[in-house]
Amino acid sequence: MSESTPLSSLAAGARDTVPMMVGAVPLAIIYGALVAAGPMALWHGQLMSAAVFAGSSQLIALGLVAGHAGLLVIWLTTFIVNLRHMLYAANLLPHVAHLPTRWRWLLAALLTDETFAVMTGFYYRHPQAPLGHWYFLGSAGGMYVNWNIWTLIGLLFAAAFPGIQSLGLDFAMAATFIAIVVPLLVTLPRLAAALAAGTLAYLWRDLPYNLGLLAAVLAGVVVGMTLTRLRARGGAVQEDAA
Amino acid sequence: MNYALMIAGMAAVTIAIRAAIFVFGDRITFPPLARQALDFVPVTVLSAIVVPMVVAPHGAGLEITWRNPQLMAAIVAVAVCALTRHQLLTIVGAMLVFFGWQFGGLT
Repeated sequence: MSESTPLSSLAAGARDTVPMMVGAVPLAIIYGALVAAGPMALWHGQLMSAAVFAGSSQLIALGLVAGHAGLLVIWLTTFIVNLRHMLYAANLLPHVAHLPTRWRWLLAALLTDETFAVMTGFYYRHPQAPLGHWYFLGSAGGMYVNWNIWTLIGLLFAAAFPGIQSLGLDFAMAATFIAIVVPLLVTLPRLAAALAAGTLAYLWRDLPYNLGLLAAVLAGVVVGMTLTRLRARGGAVQEDAA
Repeated sequence: MNYALMIAGMAAVTIAIRAAIFVFGDRITFPPLARQALDFVPVTVLSAIVVPMVVAPHGAGLEITWRNPQLMAAIVAVAVCALTRHQLLTIVGAMLVFFGWQFGGLT
């Protein structure tokens, strides 16, 4: 990084994020296609990708719209699902605290899981990079442009073939969610939390305003945390015995 | 539903979460309990949406039967994903089973 300029840092950030961009393509297309197959207008779908820019919460919002959830439940779910970004921001803060406020707003608004992963690697390799914010903008901006372009392609594709709506495209959403969840179920507490939340969401599906979903999520989180604590205690007891 | 309002609210919530720490500093701290709880959010939210979709696709009652294409394709999706951990393969495989089950004269 001896000859780096703002532009070369921007390009390097975008380049190092290309694998993440490729990974986001199927999700963006499915998201766009699901919007086109659902009750929302096409421009709503593009607006959401442009203004919210958070893939999982966008897909979840579509699922909630399909389930006739109320505004408050959708906003609360968005809050819970995106709260992890606060952890990312806390981790990256030492590297951006010196920047002007408008830079911090810009980088914060574009912060995603993918850019957090790229930036963590970058700051590990270059703890004192003076142009790190340009690299950050390259990564985050690249993800943003990529996500919006492939959203548009998904929207236009599904709008061009209106027949696919009647094929049960909503199942693509279920398949996508399963493909996201299953690799995460690597520990017993997570598996139990998922099973509890899924079962209770079905049993409580008729609660008003779709509040059953939030209650099921809360109960699932409690199950997961309780099991984690029990296991930690069991491990401690075993260590004592040994 | 007013979708523009829905999106505006989602955007406000998301930007507030992302910008709180960058803009207002590290006066906000995360207790360990909250960190632990957040670990369970993705799996619980997604499961809470998927399970009712799959076991009761018509919203009426349980359809735990081999005649339910959503259920059969979801079982295949879980199996393929657990074995291969490949996201796109899981989605494509599940959709093929779903369409095959639905239009293949099995229902």
